[in-house]
Amino acid sequence: MNELQTILSDSVNRLLTDYSTKQTIVAAEQGEWPKALWDELAANGLTRVLVPEEMGGAGATWSDAYVVLKAAGEHAAPVPLAEAIVAGWLLARAGIAIPDGIITLMEGDFLLKEGRLSGKATRVPFARHATHGVAIVKSGWGVEAVLAPLDYAQIDRDQNVAREPRDTLHFERVVVETGWVELPEDGLRLFGALARSVQMAGALDYLTKQSVAYANERTQFGKPIGKFQAIQQQLAVLATQSAAAGIAAAYACAAADKGEASFEIAVAKVRADDASSIATSIAHQVHGAIGFTYEHGLHFATRRLWAWRAEFGSGAEWAEELGRAAFERGADELWPYVTSR
Amino acid sequence: MQTFRFDLCELPEETRGLREEVRAFLADELKHIPAVTRAQTWSGHDAAFSAKMGAKGWIGMRWPKKYGGHERSAFDRYVVLEEMLAAGAPVGAHWIGDRQSGPLLLNFGTEEQRQLILPKVAKGECFLCIGMSEPDSGSDLAATRTKAEKVEGGYRVNGTKLWTSGANRAHYMIALFRTDPEKKHDGLTQFLVDLKSPGITIRPISDLAGNSHFNEVVFQDVFVPDAMLVGKEGTGWAQVGAELAFERSGPERYLSAYLLMKELIRELSKRGGKEGAKEVGCLIAHLVTLRQMSLSVAGMLDKGENPALEASVVKDLGTGFEQEMPVKAHELIGAEPTVGSGDDFTEVLGYLTQTVPSFSLRGGTREILRGIIARGLGLR
Repeated sequence: MNELQTILSDSVNRLLTDYSTKQTIVAAEQGEWPKALWDELAANGLTRVLVPEEMGGAGATWSDAYVVLKAAGEHAAPVPLAEAIVAGWLLARAGIAIPDGIITLMEGDFLLKEGRLSGKATRVPFARHATHGVAIVKSGWGVEAVLAPLDYAQIDRDQNVAREPRDTLHFERVVVETGWVELPEDGLRLFGALARSVQMAGALDYLTKQSVAYANERTQFGKPIGKFQAIQQQLAVLATQSAAAGIAAAYACAAADKGEASFEIAVAKVRADDASSIATSIAHQVHGAIGFTYEHGLHFATRRLWAWRAEFGSGAEWAEELGRAAFERGADELWPYVTSR
Repeated sequence: MQTFRFDLCELPEETRGLREEVRAFLADELKHIPAVTRAQTWSGHDAAFSAKMGAKGWIGMRWPKKYGGHERSAFDRYVVLEEMLAAGAPVGAHWIGDRQSGPLLLNFGTEEQRQLILPKVAKGECFLCIGMSEPDSGSDLAATRTKAEKVEGGYRVNGTKLWTSGANRAHYMIALFRTDPEKKHDGLTQFLVDLKSPGITIRPISDLAGNSHFNEVVFQDVFVPDAMLVGKEGTGWAQVGAELAFERSGPERYLSAYLLMKELIRELSKRGGKEGAKEVGCLIAHLVTLRQMSLSVAGMLDKGENPALEASVVKDLGTGFEQEMPVKAHELIGAEPTVGSGDDFTEVLGYLTQTVPSFSLRGGTREILRGIIARGLGLR
């Protein structure tokens, strides 16, 4: 980690330890907006970490943002921090000023005509709490970033299995701000997938630490269960999967800093998805019945992983894209391609 | 709690030219070698090919020039290895000397030992093997019983080494012997043994696929001079541990089944379809991730850090990935693996189906590696 990353990591982890408490997460699952947590994140500039300094942000790189997104996942922060970070980055690239408020990301079917947005966005994270939504829309000769105020959108509430709001928004000729961006048409899904991959790596790290700690505490047959080889071997697998997801996500962030990164982002999401399936299963197995209760906090991480692995493209969807591209390049071209990135 | 450190490590831009050079060399060298032979990669023994590699300066790349090395960076070496393995070059003859025994002698060997061995290894003319396992000492390496008793001017060795890869075609063995029967770990010592010494009998053992690459090596009153003791008496255990960090993290940790991955992609791309694309995409994601993990360990080794733990992580994940390859090929294509059919895909499948079980056995079993990882997590 470089100096900025160390500072960011310290400050975000301290903030989230203080403000993203179990009590906060439980309250958020019951519908309360964690205002204190969000206000602290915003006041510390963490929601705009990828916005250039001249536009009021921290001017950080994706590799820097990695530590913030990872911490958000590790602490199960029940706010659209990842969404705001990606939205700020997209808006800045489109030259649109970043508004005050809570900005989320919108995937959906849109029609953009004469500066007005119509259409439907589905499973929008935290839409009911957000003031603005950002979308990427193909129009005319290119791709435009769209900043839409949510005051005039009709909203249908829904949620994912982690009880995070995932709402549907309907727009009918809502006046929006737009700006051209040099991104693929699926740019929002792509960078949403990058953010989720890093959050997932954070949640996986939490599972490793929590499971090892529990195995050292919990005594059965006269000794901590972590002393049994059967448990040790399982925890080794869990830690290994978490490490793999972590470096895959870091590699994708580094690629995003260099330029076109769709290959690396797809790799990261597939790897995080695979790791999640293995790691959540081991973490619950090691925790036994207590980890299956609502009272114990393990599920704040595992339910997020089960939801996030399907968001912004599941591992299977991204894997299929990787596979199709490999078929098109031809078998002999895979290795030259991998080593040229 | 400690977790693992995998910092990204990017190959320097300067390595690109070297990669192209190696690739062009291999395209020419290997053009008539069938896929199933290539699939053997670092198990494939070809002394003439090793000599060509030596002439190119691609063995002992990091070693000092005074020992016949080339003082290149760890990344140059990494790139050469990657290209060799991805293309399926027969690098087995010099593999152990270049990867493990050379660095071991540079760390712990005497000047005389280095001068004796390293220049010839770097030329691709001298091959080594590693004598660790024994009939009663596999995963429990500290149970080593082959005895080296002090005699006038050296040691007298009696006992048996087993599963010694390449001993039938090697010139020297780096052997782990027991010099003190009273102490367990601290009673072990490494020696550089000339395999032409009187009293050594080498018997190749056929593996399940009918290939003879591992051996039983019997020592009967074999004299090993004092000058051939590597390191210090009683420090063999620690030296072996350091050596295995090199063994556990190189590009062979994700490229040993690459030839099958390539042929599988070729087959599936003819058929197209969603399921095949998805599975290939998963394999690619795992390959790319493992490559980054392995590079990260290479970066730590280059900085002189000790990534023994991270190296075990890479090996555990990597061998699992490689073992999945024939399973995926079977599930997706369902073709019968063949021997000697001349069909690239099914022959490579035949070779690797039979070979992959060894990947999580040799150089430390999966269970031993996970034990090391668990210790790193503070569980043991």
